[in-house]
This record gives sequence, structure tokens and C-alpha cells, in this order.
Amino acid sequence: MTPLVELKNISLSFGGVRAVDNVSLDLYPGEVVGLLGHNGAGKSTLIKILAGAYQMDEGEIWIEGKKVNIQSPRDARRHNIETIYQTLALADNLDAPSNLFLGRELTTRFGLVDDAKMEAETRKIMARLNPNFKKISEPVSALSGGQRQSVAIARAVYFNAKILIMDEPTAALGVHESKMVADLIKELKAQGLGIFLISHDTREMLDLCDRVSVMKNGTLIGTEKVGDVTEDDILSMIIMGKARDAA
Amino acid sequence: MTDTSTPGTDSHRSPTASKRSFLTQLEIDTRLLGMIGAFVLVCLVFNVLTDGRFLTPRNIFNLTIQTVSVAIMATGMVFVIVTRHIDLSVGAMLATCSAAMAITQTDILPKMLGLGLGHPLIPWISILAGLIVGTVIGAFQGWLVGYLTIPAFIVTLGGLLIWRNVAWYMTDGQTIGPLDETFRNFGGINGTLGETWSWVVGVIAVVLALWALSASRRNKIGHGFPVKPVWAEAIVGLIITVGILGFVAILNAYEVPTARLIREFKANGEAMPEGYTAAYGIPYSVLLLIAIAIGMTVIAKRTRLGRYIFATGGNPDAAELSGINTRLLTVKIFALMGALVALSAVVASARLTNHSNDIGTLDELRVIAAAVIGGTALAGGIGTIHGAILGALIMQSLQSGMAMVGVDAPLQNIVVGAVLVLAVWIDIVYRRRTGGK
Repeated sequence: MTPLVELKNISLSFGGVRAVDNVSLDLYPGEVVGLLGHNGAGKSTLIKILAGAYQMDEGEIWIEGKKVNIQSPRDARRHNIETIYQTLALADNLDAPSNLFLGRELTTRFGLVDDAKMEAETRKIMARLNPNFKKISEPVSALSGGQRQSVAIARAVYFNAKILIMDEPTAALGVHESKMVADLIKELKAQGLGIFLISHDTREMLDLCDRVSVMKNGTLIGTEKVGDVTEDDILSMIIMGKARDAA
Repeated sequence: MTDTSTPGTDSHRSPTASKRSFLTQLEIDTRLLGMIGAFVLVCLVFNVLTDGRFLTPRNIFNLTIQTVSVAIMATGMVFVIVTRHIDLSVGAMLATCSAAMAITQTDILPKMLGLGLGHPLIPWISILAGLIVGTVIGAFQGWLVGYLTIPAFIVTLGGLLIWRNVAWYMTDGQTIGPLDETFRNFGGINGTLGETWSWVVGVIAVVLALWALSASRRNKIGHGFPVKPVWAEAIVGLIITVGILGFVAILNAYEVPTARLIREFKANGEAMPEGYTAAYGIPYSVLLLIAIAIGMTVIAKRTRLGRYIFATGGNPDAAELSGINTRLLTVKIFALMGALVALSAVVASARLTNHSNDIGTLDELRVIAAAVIGGTALAGGIGTIHGAILGALIMQSLQSGMAMVGVDAPLQNIVVGAVLVLAVWIDIVYRRRTGGK
């Protein structure tokens, strides 16, 4: 089977610091690959390269067996890559439909934005993702962390993402809301999406992911199938920075 | 689950509906209502202080035409401030645009190109020249801000000095006039629709407004969204109708002085019939402002450009990550500001009937104050076009009201400054209470 995404020998430096150093990763359809590591290990930088927010210095990105050139978030979207950022990339002053469709507004035949249509679509998808979501026409600043997260996730689901990048999707959420996101990840996975998941919660990662990759100081320590490792193995990879066999 | 799948039932749940206050049912913005209240209060106080001279058709007419120039620029300033920028150069740009148009119509076209003074194309080519100058200057400043990432405050502070003195350099500091007769029509009192056409425009405006109201309601019903009760819809429609026709009636009540009418009849070689009267009606400059206000509101609410402006103001990073080209957006916003400054320069110079070296001085402060009093948040992301126009109207009412009462000039400016600070403070308190930003 062709991998959905192949990142080949990716490197990126900021000033003198090699934030990502010769990292290779792949992702198959219907698979969740977790990225683990300390703060500053290079996880977020790596996935931002895939999302088009950063441009790599060296390396190649292959999507479904074809080499692609991702220079901007718009390029990434064109390859059906959607990203849910740690910082929740939402415009707080706009309502949920405006955020969901930001950059891809539905328009009427006169080229004006069709707010009514976008609201209707938002109601439809929210009924599926988060039935408790009621504040459709209020600015998203009035929403709870979980509701805001569901707007961000709805964006990915609505536009038929094939590759989903989730950077700490549950960091700002309560227990109940985290479970909701976890269930959603499982559902999307069952639909055949490939998901890169970043989290600090090792136990959550072992529960949700098929494989986990550990990074430290910009380099990839190793990638392991979840069934082959224990939580302690992973923790020692994160802390010691050594692949399991060597440890 | 059941609730979200049938959103249309929201408004029909009678227990909650009855709890809703009168105002929420009307869906009128309380903030806007507060500003209208403040404006009415200012008018009533001055009317008492001036023994009823403030709210005469004559003064309302003057107030309207005095507001136009600042109000046009304030609509553009809303977009600039919403995206967390500022434009301190609008007054100076206005002078440069005005100088360019004055030179075009008194020197370049009639003399160098030999069209001759009074040629019918002169005013239009001049306005086009002004629009090009304004748009290019604005786009250039926007490029400096967006692509070279120089703070807008610095770029336009430099622009304030540069364009003010470019205008001076172009004209050697001389007053240029008189301007073309057709061009002067945009100044206010020299160009009005007259009584009949004012009523025609008023009625068309009412019909269009009511049509828009019902179209929006039908659209909502079509998508199964909650709608206002019919009586609330009717009240809003009534308020709009009375507002528009009332405004036309007031402007139509301001009659042209008999001496001026006699002069006009004489110019045509006729004698004025006994008892003849004529009213000014709606000035062209006010029609221009209304057209700009509608256009800018459509841009703000119904176009991608507007959506991106507000998204960028709310969260620039989110906008960028959503694939919005925020640099080009900055250029567009400043270019639009420049074009509006040029239109404002048409009105300002036409009102003076000439280009003077100090035209537009301190306008940047009036324009920013109007936008801010009108509810545009300097933190970005929030602001409305109608708010900015109302802000301009409130500022102008204060200024001319105090002048009528006979308040000393320094005191006038002290009061206006204090009102600006007070208005922003009230706005902060209001937003905190209502849970907004």
C-alpha cells in the first residue's frame, strides 16, 4: 500500500538551531501516528512544515506516492491536509460559520458571501460532531474550549481532509471534552483518514495511536508500533533520547 | 441532538420567547442605540442652549454637509483600524489629492491639453486623477506596511509630513481656484437635488430598504433559521421609513434664500414669479456619502475581502494559517483608504470652491476620533461603517453646536478631546458588561 504521506529527510534551521534535523516519517490511510517529545523537540515545527506554515530547508514531501511542493497553508489545503493547531487558529471576533469557512467562503451567484448557506452547513455538521453546540451566531470568543475545538475539527471534517494534523487537540479541554475528541479521532480513523497527533499525554497516545514517533532536539529517536512498547519504554525514549534497542 | 437537528423551532418555543426583552426581539444593536441616544442628547442640549436654532432645517442641512468629508474617510479608517493598523496621513493625503485635482482642472487640462476652461470632461478627468493619486499613495503606504513590515504608525506619520508638503510643493503654497463649476456641485450647498428629486430618491430608498428587509427574512425562512416576529419586522421597517422620509423632509424644508433665487432667474434672463419658493433638498455630497456607506457596508459584511479584514483583525495568525494573504490584504485596505481620501478631497475642496494649502489639516485626528467614537476597537477586529459615520456626525455636532453657543475655540477643542477619551472609556465599560472583548 502506498503511504498517504512520506516525509523524507526533512531539515529546518532557525538561525543556528537545527529545529528539525533529517527526520523521515510516513503515515498510512486509517492510521494515527503520534509524535512525542519534550517541548522544543521539533514536533510542532515538523508538522508545520507539512501544513505549509514553515518552509523546509532540505527534504521531500510525498503525498500518495507523488512528490509535492508545499509552500503555504493554501498549498497544504489543496492536498487535503488540514491542521488543528495547539493555539486554535480561530478568529475570536467571528462566529462559528465564518471561522469554519475562513479562506473558503461559500458565495452566492453574485460573488457575495452566503452567510445563510454557511450557517446551515455549520448547523448540519455540528449536529453530527457536537450536538450540544448551540451558539452558532455568536463570536467564538464566547465559546468554551471544547466548543472552539469542535469548530476547528469541523473545519477539517467538512472539507474532506485526507490528512489531519492535530497539535495538542486536548490540551485546553476538560475530561469530558477530551473524550469527545478522542472518540472523534477514532471515527475519522475508521473513515480512512491519516492522522498525525501531537500530545504530551503518553497514555492517551498509546490509546489512540497505531504508531508513535519520538523526537528529541530536532532528531527522530525512533518509531514504534504501539503494541510493541510499554509506556515506560516510550518515556525512556523521550527522556534518554535513545532508540529502544539501544536502551 | 433533537434541538440542533431542527433549529427552526428555536423561535417558537414560547416560554423563552416571552422572556426575551422588547429590544432583543427587534434585534437592534444596543450599542448603536446608545450612540443614537448620545447624538440625540447632544442635539437636544444644543437646541435648548441656542434657543431652538440648532435643530432648524438650515442648521441640520449645514451639519450634514460639514460631516460628509470626515465621514467618507472614517468609513475607510474602520478597515484600517480593524486590521490593527492606523493611518495618520489621511489629512495630508487629502491635501495632495486636492492639489492634484485643482492643478488638473485649472492648469493641466485647460491650458496644457487645451480643453479650455469649462469643458464638460474637466471635472470627471480631475476626479479620476485624484482617485489615481490617492489610491497609488495608499497602496504604496500599504506595501510599506504589509510587505516591508514597517509599522503603520511610522509609515503614515512619515506620510503626514511628506504628503502635506508634497501638496505645498506642487502648488507653491498658493490657493488654487475657482474650481470647475460642475466639480463644485460636490461641495454641498452648491449642488443639491431640489425638492422633487429628493422625494423621488427618498421613496426609492424606502422601497429598496423594505425589499432588502423582506429578502433577508425570506432567505432565513428558506434555510429554516429563527426569524423575528412579524410585528418586530414591521416596527423596524417603520423606523427605517420614517427615518429616511423624515431626513428628506428636513432637507426639503430648507428653502433657498429669495435673493439667491432672484439672482438665478436673472442669470437666465427671466423675472422671478411672485411667491416662488424652492428648497435645497439632498446635497450631492450626501448622496455620495450614502453610496459609499452602502458600498463599504456591503464590502464589510458580504464580501470575502471584508470577511478577511475582520478575521485578520481578530487573529492575524489564524487568518494567515487559513490561507489568507494578509500582506496583499494590507495593501488593498490602504489603497481603499487612499481612494476614499480622494473622494473626500473632492467634497472638501468643492465646498471651499478652491484648493487651499491648509485643506485637511488635523483631519486625521477627526477621522480617527470618528471611527473610534463609532465603536471601532483599536485592538482590532471590531468596528462598523454606520458607527463611524454616526461618530463623525456626533463630533461635528459637538463642534458646530459649541461654535453656535459661542464657546471659545480653545475650549471647543478641549471638550472634543475629552469627549473622545470619555466615549472610549464608556465603550470599554459597555463591552466588559456585555461580555464582549
